[in-house]
Amino acid sequence: MIEFLNSIQNSLIYKNFFLVLSGLDNTILLLLISLPLGFVLALLFALGRVSKITLLSRTIASYIFVIRGTPLLVQIYLIYFGLGSVKFIRESFLWYALKEPFWCGVIALTINTVAYGAEIFRGGIQSIEKSQVESGLSLGFGKFLLLRKIILPIAIRKVLPSYGNELILMVKATSLVSLTTYMEMTGIARKIMAKTFAPVEAFIAAGILYLFLNFLMVQFVKYLEWKYNPHLRLNN
Amino acid sequence: MFKFDKLVFGDAGWGDEFLIATLMTLLVSILSMGLGLVLAIITVWAKIIQNRITRFIANFYTTVIRGVPELLVIYLIFFGGNAVVMSIAKVFGYNKYIELNALTIATIAIAVISATYSSEVLRASYLAISKGQLEAARALGMNKFSIFFKVISPQVIRHALPGIGNVWQITLKDTSLISVTGLVEIMRQSRISSNVEHSPLTFLITAAILYLCLTTISGRVFKTLEVNYSKGFST
Repeated sequence: MIEFLNSIQNSLIYKNFFLVLSGLDNTILLLLISLPLGFVLALLFALGRVSKITLLSRTIASYIFVIRGTPLLVQIYLIYFGLGSVKFIRESFLWYALKEPFWCGVIALTINTVAYGAEIFRGGIQSIEKSQVESGLSLGFGKFLLLRKIILPIAIRKVLPSYGNELILMVKATSLVSLTTYMEMTGIARKIMAKTFAPVEAFIAAGILYLFLNFLMVQFVKYLEWKYNPHLRLNN
Repeated sequence: MFKFDKLVFGDAGWGDEFLIATLMTLLVSILSMGLGLVLAIITVWAKIIQNRITRFIANFYTTVIRGVPELLVIYLIFFGGNAVVMSIAKVFGYNKYIELNALTIATIAIAVISATYSSEVLRASYLAISKGQLEAARALGMNKFSIFFKVISPQVIRHALPGIGNVWQITLKDTSLISVTGLVEIMRQSRISSNVEHSPLTFLITAAILYLCLTTISGRVFKTLEVNYSKGFST
């Protein structure tokens, strides 16, 4: 038995697991900033998209079109390599953020998730029944109150499943930030691979951690769905 | 800032290189989408026949691949694929070093990823076929093959086209990750060019525009196909 435990402790996967685990905080840090920021901005963009101001709505529509039509990798490279090569950006205050791979990653991930999130929320907002808005209006709600008390709560809880999908895609997308030399889990796994020439062990260790992270995310979204859809619960 | 003169065709610019790279992206996308659809059909089949073991394997495959970053899957297949192929070859008594070329690995890696998405789409559209249709086909004495080709396939295609269109867009964008393996597609080409010309902005924007064109045009194509296949369906 002890021999068996020793053999596990000496195995490459076990050692790699803890090495890769040390990159978990960097992955989570990326998510902790870009997901909340992306959520708020996506809501604002969705509201702009359905607004009656044509210019605003058109601008946001083309933004969404461009971001959804190009790979995230292009966006990350454009921000990290592309913007850094422009002289007046290098001389401006933006450079403090753009010289760090971490902030480039955060910016790219946020820009990406805002486009997808805005489209999801737009679907939610447009699927609200007219009668609900009308009843709010008849109660004398102002525009802001209507938004806060009726439109947003209903829209958000309706799109929770698809927004949950987007959140999981974002967890996976953080791995691309490793290509800008940022050392999160995938970056560390690749470094281990280069050191030990054992690709399978390194990447399986990282894969297990990503699966775990996504499992937590799924549970979190499920909890939110349960909490904010009390009318859909089977047994009270 | 944006150097248009670097994008001309011929030796002075990178236009022809980018054209070839775009064709390579398209080739990888089409090949891996096709292979992915085949894998997806097998996966769906494994899920819908009443067999616990195949269903477990298929569920395990789709859950794991969809829960792990695409980049990790590509790394795993790119760096681990050769070892697997060689150990299989060893079983058959072939001991020499085998190296798969970049296109094969790229196609397999993207197909493995895209198959998980396609399989969900295909399964949903298979389940959308009403049972009565299958029973009617069986009552007419059709064998399994003609049921599959004459009853199931046409309807699955009709139901699945919008979803498959989405998977195609995802697959097309996922091919950008293949650049890490060294296959020269749009992304790799833009990195090579920007390293040579010291002008990343120009070539990355070019890459973005090329991807945008590809996704837009293929989106149109799928729209047309959808209209074509839903003839007789009042929409």
